[in-house]
Amino acid sequence: MPTDLLYGAEVVLNGLMAGVLYALVALGFVLIYKASGIFNYAQGVMALFAALTLVGIMEGQVPFSHLINATFGTNIHHFGWHVPAFAAILLTLAVMVGFAYLVQRFVFRHLVGQEPIILFMATIGLAYFLEGVGDLMWGSEIKKMAVGLPQGGSLWVEENTQWLGFGNEDFYGFFIDKLDMVATVIAVILVLALVAFSQYTKQGRAMRAVADDHQAALSVGVSLNFIWILVWSLAGFVALVAGIMWGAKSGVQFSLSLIALKALPVLMLGGFTSIPGAIVGGLIIGVGEKLFEFSFGPMLGGATENWFAYVLALIFLVFRPQGLFGEKIIERV
Amino acid sequence: MLDQADGYMTADGRQIGPVVMEMKNITLRFGGVEAIKNISFDIREGEVRAIIGPNGAGKSSMLNVISGFYVPQDGQVLYKGVQRPQMRPYQVAQQGIARTFQNIALFEGMSVLDNVMTGRLTHMKTGMFSQALWKGRAEKEETANREVAERIIDFLEIQAIRKTPVARLPYGLKKRVELARALAAEPSLLLLDEPMAGMNVEEKEDMSRFILSMNDEFGTTIALIEHDMGVVMDLSDRVVVMDYGKKIGDGTPDEVRNNQAVIDAYLGVVHDE
Repeated sequence: MPTDLLYGAEVVLNGLMAGVLYALVALGFVLIYKASGIFNYAQGVMALFAALTLVGIMEGQVPFSHLINATFGTNIHHFGWHVPAFAAILLTLAVMVGFAYLVQRFVFRHLVGQEPIILFMATIGLAYFLEGVGDLMWGSEIKKMAVGLPQGGSLWVEENTQWLGFGNEDFYGFFIDKLDMVATVIAVILVLALVAFSQYTKQGRAMRAVADDHQAALSVGVSLNFIWILVWSLAGFVALVAGIMWGAKSGVQFSLSLIALKALPVLMLGGFTSIPGAIVGGLIIGVGEKLFEFSFGPMLGGATENWFAYVLALIFLVFRPQGLFGEKIIERV
Repeated sequence: MLDQADGYMTADGRQIGPVVMEMKNITLRFGGVEAIKNISFDIREGEVRAIIGPNGAGKSSMLNVISGFYVPQDGQVLYKGVQRPQMRPYQVAQQGIARTFQNIALFEGMSVLDNVMTGRLTHMKTGMFSQALWKGRAEKEETANREVAERIIDFLEIQAIRKTPVARLPYGLKKRVELARALAAEPSLLLLDEPMAGMNVEEKEDMSRFILSMNDEFGTTIALIEHDMGVVMDLSDRVVVMDYGKKIGDGTPDEVRNNQAVIDAYLGVVHDE
């Protein structure tokens, strides 16, 4: 097999796995948008906040330690214990559920029936508020996400794909990040679980009902408040998973919140209302930008990954504004 | 008339039970406008109760008060003899009061069957976690609920469109699906807001037939709003007549038909200057 084709295949594989990570973030957007029509700008910050909280709990950091020390003149930073990863994940999940409750109770409950743009503005406010709270609670240093996820390239894949080169000296087998593989598996499980939840459980059915028509949902006995808290909790859970994956990849730092911007083109491509759309959109963007960089990057001076996704999304917007899987916009006259 | 506490027997031999829902001195205001002015009436178990009146009489507002979508400024709502505290609409639904809407509120993206199944939500007991962990019980419950839904789909003759997304259905069928969803809740009181609005004669006849046999076969208590006097008179056991937010008549169709205030409201009256 020619070497170029092999490299191309490797690029596609890596693109697919990067796409999974984009899809993870996009998924959180879709969940909230479907159920409440809110475009949640804060999704990226939620991922950051979840990651910060997880690391903070694991390391036994004292929350708000700077504030406490400054107020009382003390000097405490650590409880002096370490929480095992699994327990810390559960605790973080509880924090995200609490966050969902507070958001619903103090923000969106008071904005029911408002214009979408108002709700969107509220989530922008929420994003910066949460970023500030994250900083205040856990500090702004870059931290390591040490939840025991494998790092580095997979030797196994490399050794077992070497034969594809058919004696070609330059080919050492595919290089695939172990973390990306784990992320893929987790994303698949997560999506299957979400689909099963929304299709086959009482709460899932109620969730779909609320997403479709508020009045009708009320008339069949569904509490909008409860469903919205549930949806924000689910989005918090997805944010936690995305936060762990991205945190493990590039460290827990405040630029993590910018991954939300990467999810935007994914959503334009896949449609804001479709879970499968988020996945497929993520994969297309992941593969597309890697392939583009691989084949045209050198010509254009590189770093095409920064803008390629947005151009692709723009082209899509022109020809298919509802996205690949979005609900078709039909105007009856 | 009709002061028997335990109910009475109708001419066609249906047993009408005690009072299920009692509205006492209900007043509802929107800003300075009084939509409902000090109205009292009751609904008995097993009867078809109609609320009629000209446009803007406050009929829909009354239905919205019963189903909890509007909160009256004054008056009491007594459900099954107990005074109802202020409730959210979903809590009212959980108490066993189902409704349809004048402008149809269906889950457009879901199939007909899924829509009818949402009507069973108040009957689904197993929670989120037991559904995830205890597959057997959730499955049994799902099957039982599915059976009820299918029975109602058969009853309303919409088997052929079970799997069709609601958005694709014509208006008349949507009305019927909405009725199916409300009926699926096996409500102790079913509220129908203009079930025949915008229908042609044939569709109206179908709908009337369904309402009557629903009441007859399942013993469903029904309160309905209707514009068309003729239809109402054939369907209902008792009629409340509203005009400009006031109650101007209450009784059997015959009594109401001969009530001078009602005739005036419907036909207009020459005022002496």
